[in-house]
Amino acid sequence: MASVSDQELRQMTQEERVRALGMTTEELTGRTPFMEFDLEAESRFTYPWAPEVNFNKSAELDADTMSATEVNARIRTLMDEGHGRVVIRNPRGMHSLGVGILNRLTLEFEGSLGYFAVGLIDGPNVRIRGRVGWSCGENMMSGTVVIEKNAGSTFGAAIRGGDLVCRGSVGSRTGIDMKGGTIIVGGDTGALSGFMMQRGRMVVCGNAGKNLGDSMYDGTIYVGGEIRSLGVDAVEGELTELDRNWLTRKLGLYDLVPERGVDHFKKIVAGKQLWNYDNLEPNEKKLIL
Amino acid sequence: MTAMLTALKHRGPDSTGFAVYGEPSEGDYVMRVKVAEREDMGRGSGIHRLLEERVEQLESVLGEHGAMVRTKGHATPYALRYVLAHEGDTEKMARHVEELEGVEILSLGNGLELIKDLGDAREVSETYGLGDFEGTHAIGHTRMATESDVDIRSAHPYWAFPYNDVSVVHNGQITNYWIMRRQMEHKGHRFMSNCDSELLAVYTADNLSRGVGLEESLERSIEEIDGVFTYLVATKDQLGMAKDTMAAKPLVLYESDELIAMASEEVAIRAILPEEIDTTDPYDEEVRVWQA
Repeated sequence: MASVSDQELRQMTQEERVRALGMTTEELTGRTPFMEFDLEAESRFTYPWAPEVNFNKSAELDADTMSATEVNARIRTLMDEGHGRVVIRNPRGMHSLGVGILNRLTLEFEGSLGYFAVGLIDGPNVRIRGRVGWSCGENMMSGTVVIEKNAGSTFGAAIRGGDLVCRGSVGSRTGIDMKGGTIIVGGDTGALSGFMMQRGRMVVCGNAGKNLGDSMYDGTIYVGGEIRSLGVDAVEGELTELDRNWLTRKLGLYDLVPERGVDHFKKIVAGKQLWNYDNLEPNEKKLIL
Repeated sequence: MTAMLTALKHRGPDSTGFAVYGEPSEGDYVMRVKVAEREDMGRGSGIHRLLEERVEQLESVLGEHGAMVRTKGHATPYALRYVLAHEGDTEKMARHVEELEGVEILSLGNGLELIKDLGDAREVSETYGLGDFEGTHAIGHTRMATESDVDIRSAHPYWAFPYNDVSVVHNGQITNYWIMRRQMEHKGHRFMSNCDSELLAVYTADNLSRGVGLEESLERSIEEIDGVFTYLVATKDQLGMAKDTMAAKPLVLYESDELIAMASEEVAIRAILPEEIDTTDPYDEEVRVWQA
């Protein structure tokens, strides 16, 4: 970035600016959108109202007699007070716990959660020592979430960034509509996982159900076990050295590298034959014809 | 079961139902019957006399068919429980009973007792004294009415002839309901509501009465019934589940040597098992059957 002046950047197309700023090295084709940040906002990757927290300052919360609303409000209060680590005990499978946290925070749940756990988060590192219900991590933007047991369906729906990890198995439609980030499943995933996936990566160490990657626009799905069937327009791609290195590194972060390594993983990508819209630009039509 | 359904109250407060299974009694039948809807009770002072007349007619029909009333009880003026000794054609007797205006059999079986009413789980459980019930297994439902009325008739679980110890609860929507219902009606089966969930009870009862096993019936349903559904079936000695091909409706399962617990949400299982346990989500087209 240092070698490119503001003046030069202003004269570039959006795609050129994204590449010059090192925001992507992928060869993106067709209708895949490019992301661009405001050049003036470099120092504001945290929200202006985000409280300063001290990771050495921790607090515990017993949720046994609290409602989800009360628990979430209490987490916010604790962050405002500067706590950088919050431990929640007895979550009792409650829905919507830990949602909407737009801040750095170490958040630990000692037990299982219900639907919509830690959705819409941007920044926290979450550890759930139990299982989660449907739609965990929905619309997550950044941070890490690690679930020690199983997860329900629509795991990581529309996730945009961060790492969402389930050490056990997950339900159906994992990563539906995902737009970025990484979803990692230590066990199996159900039907229609990666349905309408747009960007990002999904790693399934176990088996995948039917219609994997159905109608995916872009992104990559890696599967270590058996795939019951591929969905419409999902095709197997070549697993490259880059893929293997990335898988080893990423799975290693969460102690999930299979004993026999990652060489046997299958790589599933979009066939891009569904991009046959009538309103494509001429140069886009060339790509699919 | 009451604790589980109470934890699921947010899914629908309109009505609650319990299908509970006691020790099956050979020869004796337990009949749960209603002689009015709850809303009928607000229709003037004459309603109590009307209910008395309906009960008299009901007992007269039972007598005509040779049924001997061993015990009789009622939790509300409109919901009665009979223990009957009967050796004749039970279905014929039941059809005759249901010809009476305002009378509907909720269940008639050797092991099954079906209790359903408007209100939440705790209210219904206390009204019907379910805290004292001893049995082997049960299924229940708390309902938010979407496509049929808020009344006892449209509340789950459903029961059906001709296999009279079957009960069903269902989450979802059956899209070939009318086609399947007509097929069942052509076979002579009766429907008491316009709720698509009742079809699953009738369909299962039809299969079981023809000697099809519960597991096979559940597997066939995934092929023959369109729509999105997860449903539970109980008989006097089995408990089963089936999930449609899209896996569009939730189910969380806990399984141990001592207990099987299933619910649409984890929070219901945590209501009875607060300690940390392992639960799973059954996948698409999955069928499971357990022996009670």
